[in-house]
Formats: sequence, C-alpha cells, structure tokens
Amino acid sequence: MNTKTRKMIDFTGKRKIAMIFSAILMVVSIGSLIVNGLNLGVDFTGGTVIEVGYEEAADVDKIRQSLTAANFDASVQHFGTAKDVLIRIAPHEGEDRAKIGDAVFSILKSTNADVELRRVEFVGPQIGDELRDDGGTAMLLALAGILIYVTLRFEFRFSVGAIIALIHDVVITVGVFSITRIEFDLTILAAILAIIGYSLNDTIVVFDRVRENFLKLRKSTADESINTSINQTLSRTIVTSLTTLLVLSALFYFGGKIIHGFSLAMIIGVIVGTYSSIFVASSSLLMMGITREALLPPEKEGDDQEELTDMP
Amino acid sequence: MNRYPMWKYIIIIVVMLGGLILALPNIYPSQPAVQVTSSSPDFPLDASVLQQIKDTLTEKGIPVEDTQSIDNSKALIRFDTPDTQLAAADAIKTSLGSKYNTALNLAPATPGWLRSLKPMNLGLDLRGGVHFLMEVDMESAIDKSLTRHSEEFRTFLREKKISYLGVKRVTDHLIIQFKTTELRDQARQEIKGEYRNEIDFEDEETAKGAALKATLTQTNINNTKRFALQQNITTLRKRVNELGVSEPIIQQQGLERIVVQLPGVQDPSVAKEILGTTATLEFRLVDEGNDPYSAQASGRIPVGDKLFVERNGNPILLKSRVMLTGDYITDASSGFDQRDQRPSVTIVLDGKGAKLFAKSTGANVQKLMGVVFIEHKTVVTKQDDGTFTKNTKVSKEVINVARIQEQLSKRFQITGLDTPQEAYNLALLLRAGALAAPVYIVEERTIGPSLGADNISAGFKSVVIGFVLVLIFMAFYYRVFGLVANLALTLNLILIVAALSMLQATLTLPGIAGIVLTVGMAVDANVLIYERIKEELRNGLTPQAAIQSGYEKAFSTIADANITTLIAAVVLYGMGTGPIKGFAITLAIGIVSSMFTAIMGTRAVINLIYGGSKRPKKLHI
Repeated sequence: MNTKTRKMIDFTGKRKIAMIFSAILMVVSIGSLIVNGLNLGVDFTGGTVIEVGYEEAADVDKIRQSLTAANFDASVQHFGTAKDVLIRIAPHEGEDRAKIGDAVFSILKSTNADVELRRVEFVGPQIGDELRDDGGTAMLLALAGILIYVTLRFEFRFSVGAIIALIHDVVITVGVFSITRIEFDLTILAAILAIIGYSLNDTIVVFDRVRENFLKLRKSTADESINTSINQTLSRTIVTSLTTLLVLSALFYFGGKIIHGFSLAMIIGVIVGTYSSIFVASSSLLMMGITREALLPPEKEGDDQEELTDMP
Repeated sequence: MNRYPMWKYIIIIVVMLGGLILALPNIYPSQPAVQVTSSSPDFPLDASVLQQIKDTLTEKGIPVEDTQSIDNSKALIRFDTPDTQLAAADAIKTSLGSKYNTALNLAPATPGWLRSLKPMNLGLDLRGGVHFLMEVDMESAIDKSLTRHSEEFRTFLREKKISYLGVKRVTDHLIIQFKTTELRDQARQEIKGEYRNEIDFEDEETAKGAALKATLTQTNINNTKRFALQQNITTLRKRVNELGVSEPIIQQQGLERIVVQLPGVQDPSVAKEILGTTATLEFRLVDEGNDPYSAQASGRIPVGDKLFVERNGNPILLKSRVMLTGDYITDASSGFDQRDQRPSVTIVLDGKGAKLFAKSTGANVQKLMGVVFIEHKTVVTKQDDGTFTKNTKVSKEVINVARIQEQLSKRFQITGLDTPQEAYNLALLLRAGALAAPVYIVEERTIGPSLGADNISAGFKSVVIGFVLVLIFMAFYYRVFGLVANLALTLNLILIVAALSMLQATLTLPGIAGIVLTVGMAVDANVLIYERIKEELRNGLTPQAAIQSGYEKAFSTIADANITTLIAAVVLYGMGTGPIKGFAITLAIGIVSSMFTAIMGTRAVINLIYGGSKRPKKLHI
C-alpha cells in the first residue's frame, strides 16, 4: 500500500482536544442563544423597514426627531454609507399598518425633498409567525430527509454522525449571529439551509472513503481506517472549501448589502463545516463504537454502477 | 483505452449548443417599449388595430423601432429612447381609448429570429417594483353568503306561501322562526330539496314556537372560499390592467392568499389604494318625511329606513330598499360636471341594471336619491394568546344626494366626490368590478429602481469575480486538468442560465447567490476526481488506468454528496417564498448540471487529450 508512505496526520488521535474545542463553541453558542436570542429581522417579527437614499450625508438624528414627532416608534440608522438610511418600525396595530411605509416616506420627503425610496418591506405579524414555523419545519424536514438517505446508503450510525456534525455547524453559525447581534433574516435562514447541504456534502465525502477503507483495509482498526480516510480526502476537503470561500468572499465584498448577511453566514458555515467534517463527524463514529463489521456484507452498489466501461 | 463512444460526444455537443442558444437571449439589453393589451376578448388586437397604432405614431412623428403582435391579444411597440416611449404611450392611449390597456415596458432587444426564446425573468429585487401578499377575508365571504341566504329564504317562503315569523342570523348559522311545528315541517320539506348539499337544516324548539336551524355545509363553505379567491384574482387582474402595469403577476398562494407583483411600479401607495379597496356604490331613496336629527338623537329609526351619515357629518335617513347596487355597472369614467365643474363619475349599466333602474327612478321622479359609497376595511389584531382576530369594518357614506329630475337608465352621472383623483379611483374601481370579499395586505416588498439597478450590477460583478477567481485557482492547481475543469465550469454556467431561461424561472438576488455558490461547489466534483487520479498515480497506476479509476471511484462519492445537497435544495424550494425559492431553484439546477459537465464533460475532453492510442507518460495534474 503506497498510501502509507505519505505523511499522515493523526486526526483521530487529537479528537479529545477537538471535542473539547467544539464543546466550548457549542456551549457558548447555545448560552448566547438562550441569553441574547437572535436579532430577528422584520421577516420574522413583522413590522416595517424602509431604506432611503439621500443626495448627501443624512442627519439621522433629525430624521429620528421628525418621525418621533409624527408618533412613529422608529429606529433610524445609517445603512452601508452615510447617504443611506434604514428605518425600522415595530409591528403596529390598526388598520393602516400596511400604509406605514408610505406615511414615513412622505414625512421624510416633506423634510428633505432630495430623498429617494430604495426599499420598503412590510411584514404582517401573522406572516412572521408562519415563517418562523415554516423555517423550523424546513430545517427538520431537511434533517429527516438526509437521515433517511444516509441510513439507506451507509448505516444508521453514519447518519447519526452526519447529523451531529450538521447540528454542530448550524448551532455555531447561528451562535455567531446571536453573539454579534447581526440581524437574522430570511436570506440567512436560506444560508443556514445551504450550509446543511454543504456541511453534509463534506461529511459524506469522508464517510464514503471510510466505507471504502473499512472494506479494503482489513487489517486496520476502525480508528486507523478512519484516520487514513480523513487524510486521503484532506486535500480535496481543503481545495473545495477554498474555492467555495473564494466565491463567497466575492459575494461578500461585491454582492451588495442585501446579501451581506447571507454570504457572511455561508463563510462561517463553510469554515465550521470543513472543521467538523475533519474532526467531528468521524470522531462521533468512533464514539458510537463503529466497527468494520458494521458495513459487512459489503455493499457493492457504489462501485459498480459506472457508465465508463470500455467499448468493445 | 480512455475513449468515449461517438454518441457521448454528440450528446455533449447537442447539450452545449442547445444551452448556448437558450442562454443567448440574455445577452441583449432591454429596450423601452409600449405594450398594448386588449381589455376584453371582444376587442381583438388584430392587424387593423396595429395599423391604427402605427398610423397614430407616424402622424405624431414618433419614430418606431419595431412593432410586434402576439397572439392577437398583445402588441409590443419598441422605441429607441424612454422619451419617445412616454410620448408614444400617451398617443396610443388617446387613440385607442379604454378598449385597450397600454403599459410601459422594457422589452429585450433580441433580434427577430431569436424572439421565440425568452431571457430569464428578473425578480423584483433586480428590476424594482412592488410585491404584495394579500389575504382574502374569508370570514367576510362566508358572512356575505349567509346574508344572501337569509334573503333567499324569505323570498322562497313567501313564494311558497308558508308564513314565517322571521329569519335571524346567529353567529355562523341562520334561525328561521315559525309559529307552529306544522308550518316548520312543511317549510322544511320544501326548502330541504331546494338546498340539498348546500345547507343543513335542523329542527329547533324555541319559546316562540318551532324553528329551523340552517347551517352552511362544509362543501358549501369550501366552494364559497374558492369562489371568493378566484373572483378576487379576476378583479385584481382587471384593476392591475387598469393601472397600466406590464407583466404583472397575480397568483393564488395557498388557500386564502394572493400574490401580486408589479414590476416597475415605483409608488406603492397608489397601487395599494387601488388594489386593496372594496369600494362600491348603492343607490337608495331618501326618506323625506322623517327628521334624521331626531332619529339620530333618539336612536329610534323609522320602519323601512336606515340611518346614514353624509360626507359633511350630517345624518340622513335613506330607505332600506336598495334601488341599485354596483354589481350592474359595466363601465365608469371620471370627468367634470358640465354645470359646476365638480369632479364626477359617469356610470354605464348593463341591460338588467338599466331596466331595474329605469323602473325605480321612473316611479320616483322629483324625489331625492342618495348615493352611498361603501368601503370595507379589515383590521387584524394579535391577541395576547398569539391568535389573530379579524374585524371587517364597513364604512358607508352618502356622497351625494340629488333630486331625480327624470327617469334614469343606462347612462347617468354622479357627483359629490372631493377630488378628481377620488373620482378617477372610484371610476376605476367600478369598472374593474367589486372584490368578492375584502382583501388586506399582509406583506409588502417594494424595491426602488435605483436599488434594483444596484443589486443587478452587484450580483453580476460578484458572479464574474467569483468565477474568475475559481478559474485562476483551478488553472494553477490542476494545470491541464484545471483548464478542462474550467471549460466544464463555463459550460455549467451557460447551462444554468439556459435552464433558468427555459423554465422562465425568476432570477433574484438570492438566486444569483445560488449561482455563485454552485460555481464554488461545481468544481468539487472535479476536485474529487482529480484528487483521486493523483492518488491512483501515487499508488503506481499508469496514467491511463489512473484516469479510468479516478473517474470511476469518485463517481459514487459525487453522487452521494450531491444528492444530499439536492435534498436540502428541494426542502428549501418546498417551504420557501419568492426569494428563497429563487435560491433553491438555481442551487438545484446547478447541482444537476454540474454533475453532467463535471463528470461527462471533463471526461470527454480528458479522453480527447490523453486517450488516443499513444500512451501518455505523464499527466499534467
């Protein structure tokens, strides 16, 4: 076996340290989620968001005063540049809720005619509630679908390992949003779901190799086989993460303010996902006492359905 | 050894050419245009109308780039500048009148031979516009149906000569009161057959005698809801057409909601005003014999009367019997009264309405008639326990009281509106028809045109930069193989655009993010294959064998990894709303097309380079 001549890093040996590191991150994330919660955006809380652009740098205090004078409970802040202003209005009762955006804009226009409406988002409270429920349902559905697929293709313990890695990645990513108080909106929920896909992609590649090696390296222990698998897939793991991070940073720097949060969430998710597919997913297999025998009798389906047979 | 059969090359070339052609319309910029649609099937937009448009424009000296008629129901007239577009829109509007709707539009400047293929739809976040999610107040639809039934019961029993004491509305059902059990039984026998499957009748014994409890069946309720939704969609579509918006989207979402998307609309307040109101008119006689002030003060309303309030706040007594409702109105236009130049609305009735109105006004010449303006507003309040309650407020205002000078019929005029804008809006609403049930906005997203333009350029830039970064990285890291992967990546991008154009899916900013993400992830398949080839080479395999085994062994990994991501994308699509759906679609398309380009596409090229009969000593990887 030529593979052994390559330098191997003892990943599984360091799993205790990794475990402690992950545990700390998880505890901090969950702690912050319990204490701080998330800074949920208007998509989930309901309410109105108005983005306006001025010709020159805008005076946020003055805007705030004029809105307070008109009885709006508004939070006003710069958005991206000094010329752009974001106004948030908490959910309101009453019949003209859907018209708040128009009312606010006409007040702004009356104080300074050089204002341009860039965006209005109004979300009724019932929509916000539904989205929160739907988001949760989607997350659970995705997890269930993945659990079933991985169980069918591998073995139950593999799917548990994959799910542990997933939860690890999602909790830490959401935790970062909780700690930094960056607004959590619908696009970030989409990013989290994409991270589920990505993190899994990464984990599956390692698991695939583990399965292969369990069947091939008959003399190795489970520990050794897994370590070999991680090492063999290491360069792929790193290269793919790198290319994905390349495009994500392009999105982050050039994609505009609206997908800033999205790309940030993805960047965090990809980094955490890469780490977890090396250190967390496989270690949890070992912790669950995976053995070579678990995958016997050998499943051949992965290797023989190839269309690359030679022509006669 | 590594050779692909001819048919595989043919498949790849066909897919590539097909993709290129489908993606091609996207590279043409858009061009100002005016879109003319007919307002009803009675007025087809045929060659003669098109000629009329052309003549009008020639007459006004407006240069036309091109005219195009689509299915005899739509015409697209292209111009070279937005200024001529505006001038032309006005000219066409004046020339064609209200039989046709004109709207400003941006049409892609695709050459004629490519016009049957359409570019991707741009989402509102990329081109600006208004998105509304409206909820239909179903309780009010059910309510209306109960009221209608109570009137029907009265008429029915009168016709059958069965005497009854009264029909009363109790929360969600009706109670028909009779003096004796015999009468009740007789009535039940008659009425049951009439309303089979629609209404359940139950006997009830009350203090006053016997009663029938009438409840709407579940099927009836469901039908009422479905009808209300459909009717509202139709009405909203008409109103949107009246607004002159091109390519609006009006769609059902779920069982009680309607999505309305108006690209290019910059002022959401006007659209909101027009779409959300349930305004209609009622004509009633004024009770001139009683004093409305004393009725208001004492709360004792004379029999057969109803108390209303005029615009100026004065009370007025009108007869309960309605002479005419807005349902019979077929056309309405706003203008000014010839005598005093006040804003007015001219109303045209259909045949049945004209007959009805002629009869009732003819019998009441020289009497006062009041025009009641009715508007529904729904207020949703969140209770402490997290549930939502809806209250529909109906405001009824008497906008105009005038003496009937002569018998009125098909065409007449009303005044009493405060502003020309109000008259215009009322005319529009009467024209488009009433909503079957009130709607209210539960979500609004407005993107200004400048933000849309910013978003599209930012999105485009990030795709290009991300793409180029990955191309450079791959070329350096995997050399010849990297270049092959780059070819596949380019083809993948073309295929995604082609698929989106073909499906007429809407491209949103999150959708662009999805494309960027797939660019990053599409190389994954190649990375997996190439790393495997490298490994096999280290294991001592010959270059040819390494290529063969690399592709073979990586395949199951790629499939597993992509299917799991696909599961996530499908779930996202299933639960998502607009922008999220866009992201899920591009992600899913990207995964599928990357499987094709990254596995089959690269293999084909690699085989061409390294396959052949001569044995390569070394792979440039």
